[in-house]
Amino acid sequence: MTETHVDPAVPRVEGTLKLTGAASYAADRRPEGVLYAVLVGAPVAAGRLRGVDADAARALPGVAAVLTATDLPEFPELSAPSAVTVMPFTDDRIRYEGQPVAIVLGDSIEAAEAGRSAVVVDCEPEAPVVIGSGQREPASGDDPVVFDKGDVDAARAQAAVRIEQTYVQAARHHHAMETSGTVAQWDGDRLTLWDSVQASATVIPVVSSALSVDAENVRVVAPHTGGGFGSKGFIWPHEILAAAAARVAGRPVKLQLRRSDQFSSVGYQPWMEQTIRLAADADGVLLGVEHEVINNAGMVDTHVEPATEASKSLYAAPSIRLRQLIERVSLNVPTPMRAPVEGPGLWALESAMNELAEAVGVDPLDIRLANFAETSPADGRPWSANGLRAAYEEGARRYGWRERQSRPRHDGPWRIGHGMATCSMGSFRFPGAARVRLARDGSVVVESNVHDIGSGVQTALSQIAAEELGVPLDRVEIRWGDTDLPRTGPTYGSSTTMGTGSAVAAAARDVHKQLADLGLDADPLDAMERADIDELVGEGAFALPDGAQMNGDGQGTPYAMRTWGAIFVEVGVDPDFGVLRLRRAVGVYSAGRIVNPITARAQMTGGIIWGWGKATMEESDQEPVYGRWLAKNLSNVAVPVNADIPLDLDVSFIDEFDEAASLIGARGIGELGATGVDAAVAAAVHDAVGVRVRDLPILPWKVLVG
Amino acid sequence: MRDFAYARADSRASAVEALADRAAPIAGGTELLNWLRLGIAAPERIVDIGGLDELHGIERRGTELYIGALTTLNEIGEDPLVVDHAGALASACLQAASAQVRNRATIGGNVLQRTRCAYFRAEEPMPWPCNKRSPGSGCAALAGLHERSAIFGWTEDCVAVQPSDPAVALAALDAQVEVVGPAGPRTILMSEFHLTPHETGDPTRETQLGPDELITGYRIPVGHPDGQAYVKVRERASYEYAIVSAAAAVTLVGNQIATARVALGSVAMRPWRLPGAEAELVGAQMDRAAIQPIIESAMSAALPLPHNGFKVTMAGNAAVRALLAAGGAR
Amino acid sequence: MTLSFARQVEVELRVNGEDMRVVVSARTTLLDWLREEVGLTGAKKGCNEGACGTCTVLVDGRRMNGCLTLVVQCQGLEITTVEGLADEDGTLHPVQQAFHDHDGYQCGYCTPGQVLSAVACIAEGHAGDEATVREWMSGNICRCSAYPQITAAVLAAGRQTS
Repeated sequence: MTETHVDPAVPRVEGTLKLTGAASYAADRRPEGVLYAVLVGAPVAAGRLRGVDADAARALPGVAAVLTATDLPEFPELSAPSAVTVMPFTDDRIRYEGQPVAIVLGDSIEAAEAGRSAVVVDCEPEAPVVIGSGQREPASGDDPVVFDKGDVDAARAQAAVRIEQTYVQAARHHHAMETSGTVAQWDGDRLTLWDSVQASATVIPVVSSALSVDAENVRVVAPHTGGGFGSKGFIWPHEILAAAAARVAGRPVKLQLRRSDQFSSVGYQPWMEQTIRLAADADGVLLGVEHEVINNAGMVDTHVEPATEASKSLYAAPSIRLRQLIERVSLNVPTPMRAPVEGPGLWALESAMNELAEAVGVDPLDIRLANFAETSPADGRPWSANGLRAAYEEGARRYGWRERQSRPRHDGPWRIGHGMATCSMGSFRFPGAARVRLARDGSVVVESNVHDIGSGVQTALSQIAAEELGVPLDRVEIRWGDTDLPRTGPTYGSSTTMGTGSAVAAAARDVHKQLADLGLDADPLDAMERADIDELVGEGAFALPDGAQMNGDGQGTPYAMRTWGAIFVEVGVDPDFGVLRLRRAVGVYSAGRIVNPITARAQMTGGIIWGWGKATMEESDQEPVYGRWLAKNLSNVAVPVNADIPLDLDVSFIDEFDEAASLIGARGIGELGATGVDAAVAAAVHDAVGVRVRDLPILPWKVLVG
Repeated sequence: MRDFAYARADSRASAVEALADRAAPIAGGTELLNWLRLGIAAPERIVDIGGLDELHGIERRGTELYIGALTTLNEIGEDPLVVDHAGALASACLQAASAQVRNRATIGGNVLQRTRCAYFRAEEPMPWPCNKRSPGSGCAALAGLHERSAIFGWTEDCVAVQPSDPAVALAALDAQVEVVGPAGPRTILMSEFHLTPHETGDPTRETQLGPDELITGYRIPVGHPDGQAYVKVRERASYEYAIVSAAAAVTLVGNQIATARVALGSVAMRPWRLPGAEAELVGAQMDRAAIQPIIESAMSAALPLPHNGFKVTMAGNAAVRALLAAGGAR
Repeated sequence: MTLSFARQVEVELRVNGEDMRVVVSARTTLLDWLREEVGLTGAKKGCNEGACGTCTVLVDGRRMNGCLTLVVQCQGLEITTVEGLADEDGTLHPVQQAFHDHDGYQCGYCTPGQVLSAVACIAEGHAGDEATVREWMSGNICRCSAYPQITAAVLAAGRQTS
């Protein structure tokens, strides 16, 4: 164990597993005697369930059972982290299309699916509530007030320039390539779930409460998760239903949601309407910011998308007024989705800033520099670290932003436009825990119940342990994705490397301390050999102020903590068709220490592509008469493909070490890259063809008729 | 998917006999399997024609190019004969679906794919009216979301469009569809192969192909060398159905159009030729200024729905761009 | 002669070099059969309608969607899944190695399909330049969106192979 500088740009440690097909995802599990479950959904978006006729389905060969409410336990009302309060099968109310009303269990997938088609569901339909016609109510409590600072009305009265615009974004689903799924197996009173999740530890309290089983008897195993993006963050009914069905059937049950069922069985990013009012002086310096947000929620279950956070945290406005409302409609409940909160918020705020720049007649970059917040606009706290100015400057340099107008404006049929926006996310921090074992042969094992959703967390945690202990990376083994391992924070909210990574560093330092206490730190391995110590076990934790379970933006600390970036995009617009194509992008980010530049780059690149998808194609439509999702497949609902994305996505980071945010100097990156892109794209479209689209996605016809 | 019985056809005759006995044919299966999953079809028997080698292949026969029905879209798209003599078709094939799907999908099955209307593609039990799925129930798209629906040939019974890319090129190239049935072989002009609800009054009748007939191949006249192009418009750059498309074939004398053929895709339940414009284009200069007004005039016959008026402009522009590309103009 | 229809059909095929003779339900897809019967779970189910490419396998060397292929249609054919790609000693296939070197994967769920699609893409001669790779790799959706890294991996592996 010697101090060596190790290149942090190492490839993923789980690579061989994933590249050879050996990586096991929830539905890859095939327990002996497994039954395949398919959900039968309500065929209407609103109404009352009169009955389920499963006789024909039960008569089909290979159909082992069809479970309805009478076969299942009575579910109690659930609370977070359950995504829903009212489980399906609880009463006869239909609150959204696809709400499960029966479960077909088959000896094969084919039999179970055929059984689903044969079940006849009898509903008394009611008129569904569709987006735009639902009841609007304050997002929490009786009052829509989220935040007030200064006198916005006075600012407005004295402003030289006012921008007031409404920005809409369509509902859209996460579309992780792996649909959510659970394999449930009972062994007496003990329940094991192989589950497709981002936070397995939080499955246990929900499942144990829903099924009245002892939490000690529930284990969740989740070695690899085929993409989450928020859809596997909270606990969804199918996870409970799989366990309930397995108990009733007395056999293991595999319930991998069909792609169509995924639309209603887990959440999505809600439809949102945001109104921004900017008041500025003649130079574009903000005097006031007003931001009102409406997002759709379910008829009973509530999801608030707090997009106003963006306007509270980004610009140095002396007056700020923020309001949040929800609109209840006949859809399943939304959930956080990459990027939540500031993701939608910056679509509105950054679009309005681009419009302000145009109104004032200054460069979009300069309007942002003119309104740069030296301290938190919300409460004046200093930033833990803030490299936004450097990101603007470096991004502009790499892109050639100041010289953009001297570049060609046409390329064949394409008109070329340039746009930019600020990226920003709050810092969610969760408590972390990890164990580090040092064996006397010099091998290291890291144990922590994180999840592999593709962020590269195993690699980053292994690197941290290797660096702390001064061992080569290939001597580090990591164990993850099992609730038998030390409980740590969830793998969402861009929080994992920061929190659990700090816990790993702390655990490694605990090993060091034990070595020192034993006087073995001079040549530890040799000393362990001589002292006949097989293994030293270090425990590490990442704790939050006041022992909190969650910390947002450095709450309760002297510092406000956020991440920042600047995104610049070059977009081609074909004026004959209104079609958009991404030509190149530059993103520069300020997010604390970057543990692994390879995996971090992948996160940011992925975020930019998510932003492109949101800006140009992603949309889940609520059918305006029948109230259900119009299309529940991937052939009628678009997400970006390879042809959409150029190689030239230039991602870089400002060199930082944020010691206030975490022991390892990191903040979060997973969602940051997906923010701001939509506003930058809309600006580029305007730059190219003069059309200002304020309703995402920017589909060709909106450009063509604009 | 309902259980079904399966057999492999060992000859054209055995296939046709099976069809007459209400078996559904499968070749690539890229459409049929999804029909079975969604409940669009639920045959008791499926006859696999995929092994009939005589229906597979591409060859020059005098002034015609012959393409067997079982030839896959990738095979057609990259075949030198097709690239040289029916470039619009090659291009249309390669812009369809994905490389994987194109390795299975055959040109015989491709033109028989059903509409991509999201209402039609709902899984059973049908959540809303659709006259193609539940005859007599109505058309939910008419009062719903229909940006991608028809601007020609629709009725209040159905506003769907035919989504095939190759069919548009085949129609523009005056291809003949060869079919065989119990009464023997016959040919149908591709541009007349599909039927609109406006013509039939019955949205379930989509083609002239009888239920006991099989497409065996296509004959494409290639006597007069021309320039060709296929333009596909879609928000996603690949692996996506067209919002609109256009195929064109042009011969020039100098910079003047001698012959022009153009068909639009995804605007009706069949590839939509523009015969009036084709006639007017003869003698016109091969440039945008000359072509655009002729196409715009032809597009004035379109009847858009409340939400898809843009398609008239977009399809017209696609036709113009296809003609310009076919004529070698920029 | 009238054909004889059956719901259970005997099929002979070769999977990753192993000859198999099996009786399957006519409606069983290659994807479900590989995953649930053979235990080759590398091919994944993403959409089950041919719209995502996670189920891509090679059939007689050509890439196809396992969800759009019935086992009965594979009579006499050779199937290659991701499990059949690396050498027996564990040495990764050059395409697998290129994906590793260029970070062409994240969550890994679409990766078996991407890798097999890339193997075919290169063999087809569609790996010569960026635009061609992007177009011909578009049948495999990566929601983590590793597209630039995938494109780089395919270009690099293609250069190595040619």
